[in-house]
Amino acid sequence: MNPEAEAGGSGPMDLVLWGVLPYVVLVLVVGGLVWRYRYDRFGWTTRSSELYESRLLRIGSPLFHFGLLVVIVGHVVGLLIPDTWTRALGVSDTLYHVTALAFGIVAGVCTLAGIALLIWRRRTTGPVFSATTRNDKLMYVVLVLAIVTGLGMTVYFAGVELAGGHTGDYRETVSPWFRSIWILQPDIAAMAAAEPPYKLHALMGLALFALLPFTRLVHAFSAPVGYLFRPYVVYRTRDSHPAAAGQSARATRRGW
Amino acid sequence: MAERSQTGRAAADREGRSEERPIGRVMAQVAMVMNLDKCIGCHTCSVTCKQAWTNRSGVEYAWFNNVETRPGQGYPRAYQDQERWKGGWVRRPDGRLVPRAGGRIKRLATIFANPVMPSIQDYYEPWTYDYETLTNAPLGDDFPVASPRSALTGKPMKVEWSANWDDDLAGGPELAAQDPIVRRIGDKVKLSFEETFMFYLPRICEHCLNPTCVAACPSGALYKRVEDGIVLVDQDRCRGWRMCVTACPYKKIYFNHKTGKAEKCTFCYPRVEVGMPTICSETCVGRLRYLGVVLYDADRVGEAASVEDEQDLYEAQLGVFLDPSDPRVRAAARRDGIPDRWVDSAVRSPVYALAKRFRVALPLHPEFRTMPMVWYVPPLSPVVDTLTRTGHDGEEAGNLFGAIDALRIPVEYLAELFTAGDTAPVDLVLRRLAAMRSYMRRVNLGQERDETIATAVGMTGTEIEDMYRLLALAKYDERYVVPTAFGVDEADRGVIEEVGCSLDFDGGPGMGGMGDVPFGEASGRPDAASVETFHALRERQTSDGAATGGRAGTDGRVNLLNWDGNGRPEGLFPPRDGGGTDNGGDRGAGPGPR
Ligand code: HEM
Ligand code: SF4
Ligand code: SF4
Repeated sequence: MNPEAEAGGSGPMDLVLWGVLPYVVLVLVVGGLVWRYRYDRFGWTTRSSELYESRLLRIGSPLFHFGLLVVIVGHVVGLLIPDTWTRALGVSDTLYHVTALAFGIVAGVCTLAGIALLIWRRRTTGPVFSATTRNDKLMYVVLVLAIVTGLGMTVYFAGVELAGGHTGDYRETVSPWFRSIWILQPDIAAMAAAEPPYKLHALMGLALFALLPFTRLVHAFSAPVGYLFRPYVVYRTRDSHPAAAGQSARATRRGW
Repeated sequence: MAERSQTGRAAADREGRSEERPIGRVMAQVAMVMNLDKCIGCHTCSVTCKQAWTNRSGVEYAWFNNVETRPGQGYPRAYQDQERWKGGWVRRPDGRLVPRAGGRIKRLATIFANPVMPSIQDYYEPWTYDYETLTNAPLGDDFPVASPRSALTGKPMKVEWSANWDDDLAGGPELAAQDPIVRRIGDKVKLSFEETFMFYLPRICEHCLNPTCVAACPSGALYKRVEDGIVLVDQDRCRGWRMCVTACPYKKIYFNHKTGKAEKCTFCYPRVEVGMPTICSETCVGRLRYLGVVLYDADRVGEAASVEDEQDLYEAQLGVFLDPSDPRVRAAARRDGIPDRWVDSAVRSPVYALAKRFRVALPLHPEFRTMPMVWYVPPLSPVVDTLTRTGHDGEEAGNLFGAIDALRIPVEYLAELFTAGDTAPVDLVLRRLAAMRSYMRRVNLGQERDETIATAVGMTGTEIEDMYRLLALAKYDERYVVPTAFGVDEADRGVIEEVGCSLDFDGGPGMGGMGDVPFGEASGRPDAASVETFHALRERQTSDGAATGGRAGTDGRVNLLNWDGNGRPEGLFPPRDGGGTDNGGDRGAGPGPR
């Protein structure tokens, strides 16, 4: 436990936000995915809009996605690997933070530029705009907020450090809390001690996670890695119908 | 696959004679042949196909069956140009095939934005007409017109292209000159109206033996059915990565822009499974389509598809087809679980007969290396037309043979379509068709049969007459030799069960309407058609008077097509004296002036 955080103490609000909310979101994500897979497999798609417009998509989409993939890797490293481990590997804290910041800012800027281009395209290309649902709009708002808070916070803290100021290390607050969630003993105090920008970004992240199963973002969960390992031509027999979405498995009907 | 074919070839070499080579896994395919001489370009096939499969939002622009005029650009525009569209396979120097747009890793690396996907403009922007103004326009001096509206945005648009804009060489030399084949064989093709030639090419998905669309699908949603070779998209597994659109060299995969899923010709599998022909075949005005089973050696497909010289692909594919009358093939088919009635059906298959026995059917663009299974009898008509135009007898053997030799341009054009540019097989087919004409004319005129005409094209008189029977006379049952699917009782032939047909099982390629749905267009299970009809009926029976369908702007108008005779819909009858619209009799209330 983080002594500093202990000293700070934590109120009931902290309990709800950092002790209860993560589990609500977890249930939403897992339950939502299971539910969507069972009842809406037909709606589980990228809903690609490339047929309508590809000039801007060809720049925006890879920029956004590749940026985002780096950001995701960054989060995984930052949140899951304890600082003691990296220190044990001989990586000094300064080196770690400089590297993380460099990658983080570049990837974050790519992601933000990418999503900005995508949204601009979505608004200005007639057919793409008419194919945008309310669900999509909500998703874009939350997604952009998550990216902006994350990137803004990173830039702000980097600026403060450069100006010689001192900021708290998320690896002593956010990360322990994040890891503690998974062992079902949420370290509420650790998160409560984090600086407000971290809290804001974490909340945005939780909101984004909660939305994942219920928006077009589900496509991320079907990233087709299996493609690398299967033969090119797929054969299937007529009879081995898996239960279609919305139907439970049941005795196969007559042949057709 | 390539490795297997390497060893396979080595084995064949060891044994010396390839006939001795053991038969690999036998598979059956329901395949099609179209006789282009008979196509009148009426588009009936396209329209009935559309009615059956794609008259839904999201696939307005999709024609699972389309008919294009050659020379012409085709649909989507210039799709045959694989330098541009990257469809089909390429043979690497080591003899292995990779999709032209790249192998697995490249596919995944470019998944976020497919670098070579045709845009909607390459097909055409679908539109409808603003019919409302026809009835709602205020009284004025000008006739109201229904102007075109984009089906994508609802905005007014200028109609500038469609699936068959250059039909019958419309648009003249400027458009036809964009034909990829014309560009390849260059200025030899004369496009001035006096000298040009023209024929129609109806196209559906080829249900290839070596389909690139299947190979390119990252989710494995596309598959080839083992029993009948039909290539289908599993709508529940498709995730909209849209790689298949690029991969298919025939551009016969369509991206449904509303559901975000790929759709394609289904070979009308619910019909074929119960022994009925596809809709396009059933309704073909020229009766030029043939359906039948072809048995093939699945283990040899990879090897045949990767022969080095593109011009050998036609022969290589013929070599993969197995002769169902051969007892060894029958035994192997039984070994591999193919029902005897399928093998019997294959014996009577018109497709096998036209492709392999008479060798008058050719594959479309074998150089794409997908081993297409919809074959074509190339048209003799460009040659006959020219002959008659110049005052010659278009049915005399000598004239015809001479003309085939003289009129190289149509022959070269056909060779680019059907044999990767090799004119010899096309020559042979045209000669056989020409021989058939002259031979049969003698028979019809009561003259002596002239066996020399037959031998000149390497056939016998009997064979010519058989071929004639198939090409000219064949009735329904001879044109469509489709066995019912494995597991379907022969007694069920022709019965598509109304509840529980496989369409609503798979979600078909999308059934039913697209209502308001929570996760974006078309998520959720669409209602089964029966459920929709049920609600529509109930609404009609219980709602007051006519079913106006609740459309805005139709107040005071009654759609007589929907009116079932119940009630007195508002606006249909003049008000009675007492007012009100009771249901009582007295229909005699005259339509007098108010
Ligand atoms: C590695 C996994 C992923 C793959 C393979 C993937 C792939 C795709 C593809 C193919 C599209 C459709 C582009 C088009 O043609 O219109 C798309 C769109 C999109 N993806 Fe992903 N994606 C992945 C992960 C993610 C993640 C993790 C997010 C965000 C949390 C995300 C957010 C989006 C958004 C917002 C769009 C819509 C872009 C637009 O049209 O405005 N993706 N993705
Ligand atoms: S023609 Fe049909 S089976 Fe062949 S690659 Fe195209 S979509 Fe696939
Ligand atoms: S219905 Fe038959 S004749 Fe008419 S366009 Fe189609 S294939 Fe040709």
